[in-house]
Amino acid sequence: MISQMNFLERIIYLLQNYGTSFLKGAGTTLVIAVVSTFIGCIIGFAVGIVQTIPVNTGRDSLLKRVLLRIVKIFLRIYVEVFRGTPMIVQAVFIYYGAAQLFNIQFGMWTSAFFVVSINTGAYMAESVRGGIISVDPGQMEGAKAIGMTHFQAMLHVIIPQAFRNIIPQIGNNFIINIKDTSVLSIISIVDLFFVHKSVAGALYTYFESATIVMAMYLVMTLVSSRLLLLWEKKLDGDDNYELVDTMGVGRQFGGTDAPTREGR
Amino acid sequence: MENDNKILEISHLVKSFGNHEVLRDIDFSVNKGDVISIIGASGSGKSTMLRCINLLEIPTGGSILYHGEDITDPKMSIPTYREKVGMVFQNFNLFNNLTVLENCMIGPEKVAKKSKETARELALKFLEKVGMEQYINAKPRQLSGGQKQRVAIARALAMKPEVLLFDEPTSALDPQMVGEVLNVMSALAAEGMTMLIVTHEMAFAKDISSHVIFMADGVIEEEGTSEDIFGNPRKEKTKEFLSRFRNL
Repeated sequence: MISQMNFLERIIYLLQNYGTSFLKGAGTTLVIAVVSTFIGCIIGFAVGIVQTIPVNTGRDSLLKRVLLRIVKIFLRIYVEVFRGTPMIVQAVFIYYGAAQLFNIQFGMWTSAFFVVSINTGAYMAESVRGGIISVDPGQMEGAKAIGMTHFQAMLHVIIPQAFRNIIPQIGNNFIINIKDTSVLSIISIVDLFFVHKSVAGALYTYFESATIVMAMYLVMTLVSSRLLLLWEKKLDGDDNYELVDTMGVGRQFGGTDAPTREGR
Repeated sequence: MENDNKILEISHLVKSFGNHEVLRDIDFSVNKGDVISIIGASGSGKSTMLRCINLLEIPTGGSILYHGEDITDPKMSIPTYREKVGMVFQNFNLFNNLTVLENCMIGPEKVAKKSKETARELALKFLEKVGMEQYINAKPRQLSGGQKQRVAIARALAMKPEVLLFDEPTSALDPQMVGEVLNVMSALAAEGMTMLIVTHEMAFAKDISSHVIFMADGVIEEEGTSEDIFGNPRKEKTKEFLSRFRNL
């Protein structure tokens, strides 16, 4: 009977009968993308921060320098390997490798989070490193000049600015992750693409199912990018500020009195 | 017995970048209450010397004694030393992610480990001193150059430093903003703040300084009181340099 339907009727049929499956698949995709982007960012920040620790030949002990060097080499390898290979192959490699070598059977969620997180982490590490380097060196000097240690300066001054600069990158990675989780269907993760394959395979409605899935991916990515823009705006804060009477008598200036300047 | 008034003693300071010797055999000392101006042509090593004193550049040779202790010794803690030796930069280097108030609070709070209230009081006190207390909620990008520099001075003062280093504090400012910054500096000098000032503002240097150092080609060519250097320079290079500035 489905063979006698036209395109629109087939789509309606699919939505009526498999709508919840599609939605569940989209939910899985979103959860994997959100969690993995978040973990990936943490990995990326950790790696990026370690990679930008300066080595002071005169003052640091030999042990510290050697240790730092080794750690940096390892991190470099991590970044190069996971940036330089396709995620679909990484998924197979890790999922079956863990089973075969260490006898670990990853569950669906664990393997999905694991693969996408370390993949995102590798990309984010480079973004974070770039973000840190792009902060004006004067900021670090200003921080050092009031007696901050490298760690304090990073924590209070450099990282917040680097973070702001790489939010577009985080957003980019998030959107890429929404789409790229589709490759995880190769290790039987029931995401949106997996649902599409199942439905289309059972009913031979490849085009109709793909249309629905396309629309769903697009809605997810469009909404995400709007939300990310709003977040950026919120972080940048108001371009206006109020002059304050420090005596606290409440004589606050605002509006036209405040010498406001155009934002960047 | 060491002179208790002597805060810094710089001897045989050398700094080179690769083969290029920027500073050679620099000797001078800073006593409590001194206002020392460092003048000289661009590229003569003035800024590098100041940055060496704050260890933003690591000296290649020589020693910098702070109350008798050599801070170039790897065992000395640089951050602890820098708390006591404030620095004001040509490009302000205010923390762009923080408001004016936070810029001045973060040192006392995070570095000197004072309570938030104490840090706030300190910050407000010094912001008031530089006339920026109304702007505590502004971000650096919303301020003019002169305002930024005044906040930067307040930020340095909030650490209660023993010495303040000024690295061409007015060179990045529009002419009409130079005055407000110099006024703040004059007020500090009048209060007895010990200051080291790299500057191209000769009239200001002449008025404010207890001591003037003239540098040329990485060495101290001549030093003396303000009257000596500006009124009666002995060396040819000093005379030639100062002759470029009229109305002194």
